Amino acid sequence: MTATAADPTVETARRTGNRGWRRFRRHRLAMIGVACILLLVLACVAGPWLLPFDDLRIDMRARFAPPLTGWHLFGTDPLGRDLCARLLMAGRISLSVAFAAMVISTIVGSAVGVVAGYYGRAVGAVLMRLVDAMLCFPAVFLLLTLAALLKPDPITITLIIAATSWMEVARVVESQIRTLRERDFTLAAEMMGASDARIMVDELLRNAIGPIVVAATLTVARAILMEAYISFLGYGIQPPTASWGNMLNNAQQYLTSAPWLALVPGIAITLAVTSFNFIGDGLRDALDARLES
Amino acid sequence: MAQFLFGRALQSLLLLWLVSMIGFAVLHLTPGGPLSQFALVPGMTQARLAEIAHEMGLDRSLPVQYWEWASRLLTGDWGRSYRDQSPVLDVIGSHLFATLELMATAILIAVLLGVWIGVMGAVRRYSFADMLATVGAMVALSIPTFWFGLVVIYIFSVRLQWLPAGNMYTVGDGSLLDFLHHLIAPALVLALVEVAVWSRYMRASMIDVINQDYIRTARAKGLPEKRVLIRHALRNALLPMITLAGLELPTLLGGALVTETVFTWPGMGRLFLDSLGYRDYPVVMGILMVSALLVLLGNLLADILCAVADPRIRLD
Amino acid sequence: MTDAPILEVRDLAVTFRGEGGAVTVVNDVSFSVRRGETLALVGESGSGKSVTSLAVLRLLPPAPRCTIAGSVRFIGHDGRSRELLQLDPEAMRAVRGDEISMIFQEPMTSLNPVHRIGDQIAEAVTYHRGLGRKQALARAEELLELVGIPEPRRRLAAYPHHLSGGMRQRVMIAMALACDPSLLIADEPTTALDVTVQAGIIDLLKSLQAKTGMAIIFVTHNLGVVAEIADSVMVMYAGRIVERGDSVGLLQRPRMPYTQGLLRSVPRIDRLDFGGGVLPAIPGSVPDPGRLPPGCSFHPRCGHARPGACDAAVPALEEADGRVVRCLRWREIEAAGA
Repeated sequence: MTATAADPTVETARRTGNRGWRRFRRHRLAMIGVACILLLVLACVAGPWLLPFDDLRIDMRARFAPPLTGWHLFGTDPLGRDLCARLLMAGRISLSVAFAAMVISTIVGSAVGVVAGYYGRAVGAVLMRLVDAMLCFPAVFLLLTLAALLKPDPITITLIIAATSWMEVARVVESQIRTLRERDFTLAAEMMGASDARIMVDELLRNAIGPIVVAATLTVARAILMEAYISFLGYGIQPPTASWGNMLNNAQQYLTSAPWLALVPGIAITLAVTSFNFIGDGLRDALDARLES
Repeated sequence: MAQFLFGRALQSLLLLWLVSMIGFAVLHLTPGGPLSQFALVPGMTQARLAEIAHEMGLDRSLPVQYWEWASRLLTGDWGRSYRDQSPVLDVIGSHLFATLELMATAILIAVLLGVWIGVMGAVRRYSFADMLATVGAMVALSIPTFWFGLVVIYIFSVRLQWLPAGNMYTVGDGSLLDFLHHLIAPALVLALVEVAVWSRYMRASMIDVINQDYIRTARAKGLPEKRVLIRHALRNALLPMITLAGLELPTLLGGALVTETVFTWPGMGRLFLDSLGYRDYPVVMGILMVSALLVLLGNLLADILCAVADPRIRLD
Repeated sequence: MTDAPILEVRDLAVTFRGEGGAVTVVNDVSFSVRRGETLALVGESGSGKSVTSLAVLRLLPPAPRCTIAGSVRFIGHDGRSRELLQLDPEAMRAVRGDEISMIFQEPMTSLNPVHRIGDQIAEAVTYHRGLGRKQALARAEELLELVGIPEPRRRLAAYPHHLSGGMRQRVMIAMALACDPSLLIADEPTTALDVTVQAGIIDLLKSLQAKTGMAIIFVTHNLGVVAEIADSVMVMYAGRIVERGDSVGLLQRPRMPYTQGLLRSVPRIDRLDFGGGVLPAIPGSVPDPGRLPPGCSFHPRCGHARPGACDAAVPALEEADGRVVRCLRWREIEAAGA
């Protein structure tokens, strides 16, 4: 009486992929995060058209209106502009800057990480020490210095945020690649004569996608915060372009008289960052489950 | 251990060198270039600057410039502030202590709270309290520190009038109590993010340790659970936290900058912003380098502590 | 060996509750151990032998994750018989490390890496006997000597990572013996060690047993070790006892096909057949405790299984000449094979 074991490889692969997605969907907080982000993005993109007020419309009679005054959902600012409209327009800037910064830093970080992880030894060590050295500088300090020295337009801001965010991605990618390097499929590709570049991109990066996505998600969260920090301090996005950060800068002096001016953008930032963090967490859990099986 | 320390010291030196190169690169972006730190008078003309540069022999190649700059830093000459000509190191030095006080208090709060919450979460996994702590930590990580500071000021200074809205001392009063009264709000605000980070890592570390075989052995010896948790589990779970402290230094410094701004705390962070506003680049660059050095030293210190605390490293 | 068993286990059943439901990993297990006796608990991975040994000391996760049913009666130092499964946590902790001790499989990870050896041994003494630090360390030194560790005084200050696997296992034994337990549970203590080191540990246990008269429950999958050390043997499969009896009899003439298969699959130096024969392995694999085959759990892998009977109901344990078997056809098989 022999018991035969079914061939596990193909079936397991499919099942673990599904299991990963199922786990992610079950992670309620992550799903809430996804929902929130989708709503936020939708609101920022489509919202301003649907709102009764234009964000630039100055109305001196309605200045400093607290939330829920008339049609002003969140109230108005010192110039009588509708806070909700301003919030959504600012959201466009803040979110796009963060997203763009994430893309750039993910590409740069992955490139550095893959090269460092693949070649190892001297090249890897030097690259990773460079990453360590960059990480010695507190991000805020470096960001502010660069922002003060260069032009403070949204593109530059995006670039410098990316310049201070790629290191985390590089670290994650490098450690992943280092483990993947020793796996059978890498060695097989090498033996088949594939070029270094091909191995790095086709084999290694493709298998490191999971952790890269997690790192990217967390990078967006961080980028939103970084933009808020430097804009709040006056070195980020400059008025009249609104961003959540510089809205808070203006709100500071009216803290006692019109607290909603500070509360609303802050809540928006917190909401966006929390959502991305939850999503990143959920993705990480789903990945762990996949790796376990 | 000597071998370990030697290795770490070498690594730190390498990092120091790389850090200085990065600093030098940033310096190139300042008007007047890297050696404007040492140029005396603000509002100097381009012509005069070029003269000085030539005098210092510094329109030469990059490596020479770097060498000049680095050796000056090493000898303690960090240039002079544009604002009042005082040596940069002195200016920074007079503000450094306030920042360190703030950071130390925040770390203390963060460690105590973070460890407590983390251990509780690990021991009572998936309980309501644990879930609350986990979600709470995530939210806390996502709150912009400065905004939280504003909220705290609004609630505790404006509304409740319990705490002062800023500064380190009330004019006329320099007592310890007054100092503490002013310290508590900024320290708590700065600690928020750190409590979140610490509690999450502590929880993970504790869970990891509790699942180890030697905990099962301790229980098999019939020891009370509290002793198992504290003397056996915690003692091991705290080890990675030392490394974490080092890794969190940059975040802490950045947070300190922002907190000092919101609470007008007279520390290095606020000095940084003020100097930035005045375009006082020597001071700005000086603080940038000092902060990187602090991080470097802090990490080295953490590694040494790790070696001391972990017999596996210590006695090899 | 004296008469009354110091440990008597009846109808032990252990159930784990997880996301996928409840799984019973140990079912209908009964056995007893007498003073000075060594009982070997034999089985492959997944047989439930380790869980059984952990259940005696209640070192399993608490309810609702894990529930233990049945009875575990133990006669302690004071001569009184107690039901271990009913003891409150405080009383149970008093038993652990004092009257019943346990050593585990992985000496490399079973000792706390940040505490000195001496302290770890002394801890048990301090807690159960209330001795002061100096006295406890003196006792620790005694114990290190007893288990054959050279330069015991110096070793007291050593950390676990300074010692080899075999030495660490000796330290574990020293720790277990600290309070003179009447029962030592050894969960695969030699599995992770080299063969030569294994022999040393087994000899040590035997001599310690001779000296102190303690009983030993020795959990293992290695039949060679069983032959060396056990007085009685209990074979487990898929969470149930399939055979139990005195070691000589059981190893020479096993009744249950599974035991027979196990014995046949042990490479033996006197049966070497260079390049000629095939080492007979039991075909198939151990079933998942959550998905046991109907009837006798072993029947899909058994060469003697009779359809209609062996796959219908779980056979009961039959007793014959002091041995116990869970097999419907054992008499026929014995008659045919003899």
